[in-house]
Amino acid sequence: MALETVRLPDPRPISVSSATGTAANAAIRIAHLDKVFITVRNERVHALDDISLTVKDKEFVTIVGPSGCGKSTLLKIIAGLLPASSGQLRVVDQPVLKPRRDIGVVFQSPVLLPWRTVLENVLLPAEVQHLPSGPTRARARDLLKMVGLADFENKYPGELSGGMQQRAAISRGLICDPAILLMDEPFGALDAMTREQMNLDLQRIWRESGKTIVLITHSIPEAVFLGDRVVVMTPRPGRIACTIDVPLPRPRGLDAMGDPAFGRLTSDIRRLLYSLSDAAPAHEGGGLG
Amino acid sequence: MTTQTQTGPITEAPSRPISGFRLLLRTRPELILAPTVLIVLLLVWQYGVVLFDVPTFILPPPTDVATALWRGLDAGLLSRGGYWLHAGVTLWEVLLGFAIGSTAGLILGTLISQVRILEATFSLYLVAIQSLPKIALAPIIVLWFGFGLTSKVIIICLLTFFPLLVNSMAGFRAVEPERIELMRAIGANAWQMFWKVRLPSALPYIFAGLDMAAVFAVVGAVVGEFVGAQRGLGVLILSMNAQMDTAGTFSVFIILSLIGILLHGVLRIVQRRVLFWSGPGQNNPAAGA
Repeated sequence: MALETVRLPDPRPISVSSATGTAANAAIRIAHLDKVFITVRNERVHALDDISLTVKDKEFVTIVGPSGCGKSTLLKIIAGLLPASSGQLRVVDQPVLKPRRDIGVVFQSPVLLPWRTVLENVLLPAEVQHLPSGPTRARARDLLKMVGLADFENKYPGELSGGMQQRAAISRGLICDPAILLMDEPFGALDAMTREQMNLDLQRIWRESGKTIVLITHSIPEAVFLGDRVVVMTPRPGRIACTIDVPLPRPRGLDAMGDPAFGRLTSDIRRLLYSLSDAAPAHEGGGLG
Repeated sequence: MTTQTQTGPITEAPSRPISGFRLLLRTRPELILAPTVLIVLLLVWQYGVVLFDVPTFILPPPTDVATALWRGLDAGLLSRGGYWLHAGVTLWEVLLGFAIGSTAGLILGTLISQVRILEATFSLYLVAIQSLPKIALAPIIVLWFGFGLTSKVIIICLLTFFPLLVNSMAGFRAVEPERIELMRAIGANAWQMFWKVRLPSALPYIFAGLDMAAVFAVVGAVVGEFVGAQRGLGVLILSMNAQMDTAGTFSVFIILSLIGILLHGVLRIVQRRVLFWSGPGQNNPAAGA
């Protein structure tokens, strides 16, 4: 890892995230966070380098970047599933030492337990947290209705399509009513049309539930469509290249993708990522995405 | 299994109504072919023996075997010449040994695989013990524990212990890491992790181990009785063999395979209830022992 990524000057005006700023309503505050893995062959892999990012309360932040840029690693650190090597991470002004109850996580694959019905899967986190079963059961039904699975609560995951499974996983992520929802490429395995529908649904869920959402994707249009801000990351080591505000009005319909501002933002991000990946050293493998 | 006649793909519309037999032949040919094979085999056997004038003490015709079977079953329940007493003794040994041995293997395998140090410490020895044919210990065990029930049960315990030990360890090792990560993310403790994810995930492997153990249990009982016993189907086979009663020996084989089928059937029923979610091909548990 001796090769050094060329750091380009940020090509356009951007809202540089205020890592040192003391926004009172910050849901997540990350400052100078580093993550170094030691591989089985005893090599050091610099997965995240000097990450600073502040996510405001009720904000929808999307993180976009090529695979291997450490965005999943970043999410796992925020979720308390991985320790950071150095730097600061505070969620609701508290350090993250282990997975927190006020953070819900939705993974790339739905990871539903095949021996539990959809409803029982959604209830799993509440069960683990020993929440009273009566109110959570009602809440689970509401959540399933919200994601359009009301008629499927007694089905088993094997009887559901991929998109429906991921909707169930989103309901499960919301069952304990977390303030923050972390989503790791939740729609990566879905076909284009289901994906667009899920984007619309997610925007609606976010507006209805008032959560703070951090969503990782490698789809630039998805990042722009969903995010209040788009964080662009570059690989090896994973760095934040820039953070871009998305000034498109809410709620955004699918026609927002035809908006000239939408097109400009996506092509800007695309150009930025390509210019950076040309400068970055070619390196095979890299399963950190 | 009974009358699922309409399941197969019927492509062309028949010009005239086809008979039930033809429909069965087209949709579920195995239901007709399997009994046909048996009948043909028995006929070839019956007439082959007569045709080539094979002495009955070498290979008795099926009719002789059937007669011997009837004679054995017709005898009183407690008659030493009849089959009921011996079959009961063998079945009792099998059930007792299977229950104790497989439970012990399951519990130890579970404990070992929950503690990484134990697994690392013992796995080498377990492989070493596993490569030893346990059946070779039968004479020693009869010498130590006598001709009665105890020695047979111990032999069967030895034989059924390892499939469960090895398979449960493999099952716990094969738990999908995504499931573990999910449980960590929702704040599950080790106890919840075990009961809600690890154990159910390992069940397909455990059932494969039970299936194997059931076969080994019958083998163990017969071998134990060969080495030294006063009652049991193994004893019956030895004494019939000594009297050149080959037809009788064959009829005892039928009783033995009925015991095997009984065990397998019970396991299948339990498995279908517990593992309803595990479709065919979803799990291919490695066979141990």
